[in-house]
Amino acid sequence: MNSRVPLKLTVNGETFDIEVEPRWLLSDVLRHQLGLVGTHVGCEQGACGACTVLIDGKPERSCLTFAIQVEGQQITTVEGLTRDENLTPLQEAFSEHHALQCGYCTPGMLLTATALLRLEPHPNERQVREALSGNVCRCTGYQFIVDAILAVAGDTKEDAR
Amino acid sequence: MKPAAFEYRRVTTVAEAVKLLRETPDAKIIAGGQSLVPLMNFRLTRPSLLVDVNGVKALQHVGWDGAYLRIGSLVRHQQIADHAEIQKHFPVLTVAAKHIGHWAIRNRGTIGGSLAHADPASEWSAATVTLQAEIDVEGPQGIHMVPASEFFLGYYSTVVQPDELIVAVRIPYPKFRIGFAEMARRRGDFALAGAYVEDAGNGEGFVTWFGVADKPVRVPTLLPDNMETRREAWQQALETLAIADDSKPRLHLAVQMAERAWQHSRFDGARYLSEEAGGNQPL
Repeated sequence: MNSRVPLKLTVNGETFDIEVEPRWLLSDVLRHQLGLVGTHVGCEQGACGACTVLIDGKPERSCLTFAIQVEGQQITTVEGLTRDENLTPLQEAFSEHHALQCGYCTPGMLLTATALLRLEPHPNERQVREALSGNVCRCTGYQFIVDAILAVAGDTKEDAR
Repeated sequence: MKPAAFEYRRVTTVAEAVKLLRETPDAKIIAGGQSLVPLMNFRLTRPSLLVDVNGVKALQHVGWDGAYLRIGSLVRHQQIADHAEIQKHFPVLTVAAKHIGHWAIRNRGTIGGSLAHADPASEWSAATVTLQAEIDVEGPQGIHMVPASEFFLGYYSTVVQPDELIVAVRIPYPKFRIGFAEMARRRGDFALAGAYVEDAGNGEGFVTWFGVADKPVRVPTLLPDNMETRREAWQQALETLAIADDSKPRLHLAVQMAERAWQHSRFDGARYLSEEAGGNQPL
């Protein structure tokens, strides 16, 4: 039962041919097979949100999904938010507003906020807080994260996302 | 921790899933996996085979025919929260859906999975009991319909057999006005207590608690206009339930939630949704 099976996994627009055990979580495959260590693993029970990635554009927990389940779907990790070394406007805003300290929750926060802004380009504070309620941060007290997202949402430039 | 090893099979029809369940007695269906995978991560369960039903198209539809709402078992919580017709005809389900976990959990978790898992604090389990839904279960002998009142047996247990799976929930248009309330330490956590209350408009109604007893039960109750006598009625209704944790705070919270749910039942749909959100802004 520990035998590996072939899997085509599409992450950040690139398709990887790998072999996985069915029991391997998407979070672990991203980190250990693909070296995409931007996806952080916190609680492994869906509570903390650090491992949040986008699956076909929707934020989902990569620790509550087996990699083998998402064959053919589009996975986006924090590494896929930009094609090059630059930051997205959202990431810039996180930097400007001191929306991160230790950085552990940040990838999950960024992906959740990215999905929110695609769905609702100009969310109000309540919508931002509701969207982020599934992402735990123990450093910032959330206010600066909310500030950063609202700052980007107020930015009228179309490339802000 | 990490899950124990298992074999994995993807299916596209319910019949294939039933066949695999029949061949492997400790096989499990995986739909959203938002309850199953945590249990596997902690090795509280270790099925030898996972049957993935995410590719079964027949389980993915929501249908409203003017009398019945039919929700396929693979419909995600967020799809229910966002569904315009459900919001129009069953606003209580829209409100309840928004209390389930967080966005990322709702995007993957399914109504069928919630019912199969039968957590006593589940919003959906109590909703089906309140609304007198029928749960369609398919096994080797075909589909049979189980009234929600007979579906749940107790903590995490239902009448679904190891070689069966839930295919849909059929919910009749509600006879009465219904309100919902729940209390959790943080939004998205499991409810410490919650309630659905139906008001028949003649001083009587029903209350269905969740997170209070070992399963949701629809209890008839008086609904007097006076708040003090209404509180006594909630307490009497509570006493008909087998409650393992009957600590004072738990019972107090159950009464409070019934009262709040009743107050919500008096709102119109749109106002209900916005009051529930704590203001005039939608969640």
